[in-house]
Amino acid sequence: MSAVYITGAGMISALGNSVKETLLALREQRSGISPITLFDTRLKHIPAGEVKCSDEELLDRMDIHSDRDTYTRTALLGLTAAKEAMRMSQSSVDKQRISLVSSTTTGGMSFHEKNAHTIFTGTTGSKYIALLDCADAAQKIARHFGISNNITTVSTACSSSANAIIVGARMIKTGMADKVLVGGTDALTRFALNGFNSLEILSPDGCMPFDAHRNGISLGEGAAYLVLESAAVAKPENILCRLSGYTNTNEAYHQTASSPDGEGATLSIRQALETAGLLAADIDYINAHGTGTWINDLSEGRAIETVFGTAIPPVSSTKGYTGHTLAAAGAAEAIISMLAIQHNLLFPNLRFTAQMPELSFTPQTTMEENVPVNHVLSNSFGFGGSNATLIFSRP
Amino acid sequence: MEKTALVEQLKTQIIEALLLEDLTPNDIDPAAPLFVEGLGLDSIDALELILLLEKQYGIRVEDPKERRDALQSVNAMADYILSHKSEG
Amino acid sequence: MHAYLTSTGLISPQRTFENDFSCGLQTEGAAILPAIEPDYRGLISPVQLRRMSRILKLGIGAAQLCINNAGGLQPDAIIVGTGLACVNDLEIFLKSIIETGEQSLSSIPFINSLHNTVAAQVARILKIQTYNNTHCHRGASFENALLDALMLLHEKEHKQALVGGIDEFSMHYYNLLPAKVVTGEGAGFFLLSHLPAGKNSVKISAVRTFYAPGEDFIARFLAEQHTPVHQLDAVLLGMNGNPSDDAVYHRLIDNFFPPDTRLITYKHLCGEYHTSSAFALALAAHSIAAGAFPAPAVFKPGKSAKPQKVLLYNHYQNCNHTLMLVTG
Repeated sequence: MSAVYITGAGMISALGNSVKETLLALREQRSGISPITLFDTRLKHIPAGEVKCSDEELLDRMDIHSDRDTYTRTALLGLTAAKEAMRMSQSSVDKQRISLVSSTTTGGMSFHEKNAHTIFTGTTGSKYIALLDCADAAQKIARHFGISNNITTVSTACSSSANAIIVGARMIKTGMADKVLVGGTDALTRFALNGFNSLEILSPDGCMPFDAHRNGISLGEGAAYLVLESAAVAKPENILCRLSGYTNTNEAYHQTASSPDGEGATLSIRQALETAGLLAADIDYINAHGTGTWINDLSEGRAIETVFGTAIPPVSSTKGYTGHTLAAAGAAEAIISMLAIQHNLLFPNLRFTAQMPELSFTPQTTMEENVPVNHVLSNSFGFGGSNATLIFSRP
Repeated sequence: MEKTALVEQLKTQIIEALLLEDLTPNDIDPAAPLFVEGLGLDSIDALELILLLEKQYGIRVEDPKERRDALQSVNAMADYILSHKSEG
Repeated sequence: MHAYLTSTGLISPQRTFENDFSCGLQTEGAAILPAIEPDYRGLISPVQLRRMSRILKLGIGAAQLCINNAGGLQPDAIIVGTGLACVNDLEIFLKSIIETGEQSLSSIPFINSLHNTVAAQVARILKIQTYNNTHCHRGASFENALLDALMLLHEKEHKQALVGGIDEFSMHYYNLLPAKVVTGEGAGFFLLSHLPAGKNSVKISAVRTFYAPGEDFIARFLAEQHTPVHQLDAVLLGMNGNPSDDAVYHRLIDNFFPPDTRLITYKHLCGEYHTSSAFALALAAHSIAAGAFPAPAVFKPGKSAKPQKVLLYNHYQNCNHTLMLVTG
C-alpha cells in the first residue's frame, strides 16, 4: 500500500495529559486505575482509569473562556489530545487537503446524564441539543483547526478509533486527503459503567489481562489523536512511525461475545499482516486488546496462537495502565505501539499472577529496554464483533 | 407454591423477560435445556434469567456453577427457587 | 471515485417498502411523519426479531429488502450512517439507571444502545465477516458512510458494499429542537458495486461532506466533477420549512442555479432527520430509472428532459453540508 506516515500524536488518559507523561508512566509501570471520583455512583467500589483533571481544569488548560457550558468532557478530552497531535505535526498542508476522522462511543453522555432531568422534560435550552450526539467533539475539533472537508465520526464500540485510523488511512491512500487527523475520545460515564456492570464484566479490583484469575474490565477515559500524512507532504524529520497494515472485519458471531476459538480475531490479525505484506515472524511485539474479561482474553489468546504458532512474539495488554478507554483505546494503543518502536521498549502487562491454563504463552511481565522493535501489531475488538487490527512499523 | 404451578408461572415470566412474543407457555418444554438446544438462548438471556430470579423471587445467584445448574431448564429453575425459598 | 447502484431498500413515511415511489401519501399538517413499516416476520426470523428494538427492525428490515431486491446478492462490506443511532434504547437505559438507583439493570437496552448495533446485526444475520463500519456524524452521517463505501470500492478490495442511512424518531430529542420542523424517520439501504449492474444502472459519481465551508463549495465540487451547473437535469434540495434553514437554499436558487433548473424537494414527504439524504438518494435513483420525478416532489418543474445528471444538496443547520452527484 502507498505509505501512510504518522507525524503527530496526542494523548490524555489516566496516565497523564500528554504523550510524554504517558511514556513516563509506562516506564514507571504505574497504573492510572483508582477509585472513581468524577461522579456519584453506587458502583464506587469499582475502580477506573480517570483523567486526573476536572472539566474546569481542562477548560482552563485550553484557555477556553466563553461558552464554557457548551463543552462536554468528551469534547474537552478530544480537544486536548488533538491539539497536542497537531502541534507536533508541523507540515503546512493546503486546508482543502486536510480531513478529520474522529470517534466516540458515549458522545455527549457525560453531559446527558448530568442534565437528564431537564433533557427528558424538554426544559434544557435548545443550544445544548448539539452536545448530546457523537458529532459534537469532532465539530469542535474541526472548528478549532479550521478543517472543513470530509469530517466524520466513527462509532464501532471498543474498536472505534482503530476504525477511525483505518478510514483516515484510506482517505490518504485514495488521494482524497494529504493530512488526516484521526483518533477517538470518550469520557467516563455512569452510563457505560452501569452498562458493563449489567453484563457483569467489570473487575472489582483492577483488570488482570491474560491472567488465570482475571475477573473483568476496568473502564477508563481519555482521548488519543494521530496525524496521518501522505508521502507527498510528510517531512522526513517529522515522521514518527508508519502505519503499515490494517484491517476491519466482523466476527458475525454474537452481539457481545467473541467466539471461544478466536475465529474473528484470527481473521483480523491475518488480514492485517497481509495488507502490510509482513509475515507473522516479522512482528516484534503485540499490543493486545486484552480487556481482562474471561472470553476476550481466551479468544484473543487462541487467535494469537493460531496465527503465530510456536513463535509468539512478546504480548501485553496496556489496559492495566489506562483502563479500557472505549472509543479512545485503539488510538491510545496506537500511540503506545509507536512509543515501543521509537524507544525500543516492551511494556509489561500489569498485575499478572497466574498463567491461563488454556494458553501456551505468558504475557510480557517485565519492562524490556533496548530491544529492537520494528513492527508492532495492535488489536482492537468491539461489541457487535467489530474487530480491527493495526500494524505500525519503523519508517 | 406447588412445583407445577411454579413451572407454569415461570414459563410466562420467561416469555415476558426474554421478549419471546411468538411463544406461548405450552411451547416451552419444562424439561428441555434452555440454552443452545431447546429455546436456543444465549449469555444475554442468562443474565436476564438471573435478574428474573432476583426481581421476582428475591434470590441472587452468584456462583457460576450454581447458575449453570439453576438455569438448566424450567424445571431446574423451579427446583432452585423451591429449595432456596424454604431456606429463607 | 464512484459506484453503481444495484438495488435499494427503503422504509420511510411513504409506501416505499413496496418500491412504490409515487410519494402520494398526504403529509400536510402533520408534525411528525412515522415510517410505514412492512410486516417484519417476512424479512427477519422470529428468533432474531425478539430482542430487537424498533430501530433495529427498521434497519435490518430495510437491509433485507435491499438484498431481496438485488436477488439475494451478498455484500462484502456493510456501512451504516446514523445521526442518533439507537437513541431510544439509550434513553431507556439512562432512565433505568436513574429510576433504579443503578440496581438490577437489564443489559439489553445497553447492548442495543451501542451505535454500531444495526451494522453489526446486519452482518450477523447475513453472516458477512468482512468490512463493517458505522458513521455517526449528525447531518452528514449517511454521506460519510457512502464516502467510506466509495473508497472501499475504489481500492477494489471489496466488490459490493451495503450502505445504509437510518434514524428513528425520538420524542425527547424532538422536544429540544430549537425550531420545530416536520420531523420524520426512516431506513434506506443501498447495494453499491464497482461495476454497473446493467445497462441502466444509476451511478453515484461523487459524494462530499463539508463542515462550515466557504461560499463557493458547490461550484468547486461541480468543477471537480467537470459538470457545469447548467448541465444538471435536476437538483434535490433539503428544504425543511424552517425559514432560516431554507434561506440557504433560496440564495442558491436566486443566485447560482439557472432559472430553468428543475428543483425537487423531499422533506415534506419523509420529514427532517439526520439521514434523510438516504430518502433523497433513493428518490433520485428511482426517478432517474423511471424517467421522471413524482409530482408531489416537484418544487419547480424547470426543464423537462429525462433526468440524467442530478445533484443532491442538503445541509444541517447551515453547518454540515453534503453534496452527491448521481447520474443515469
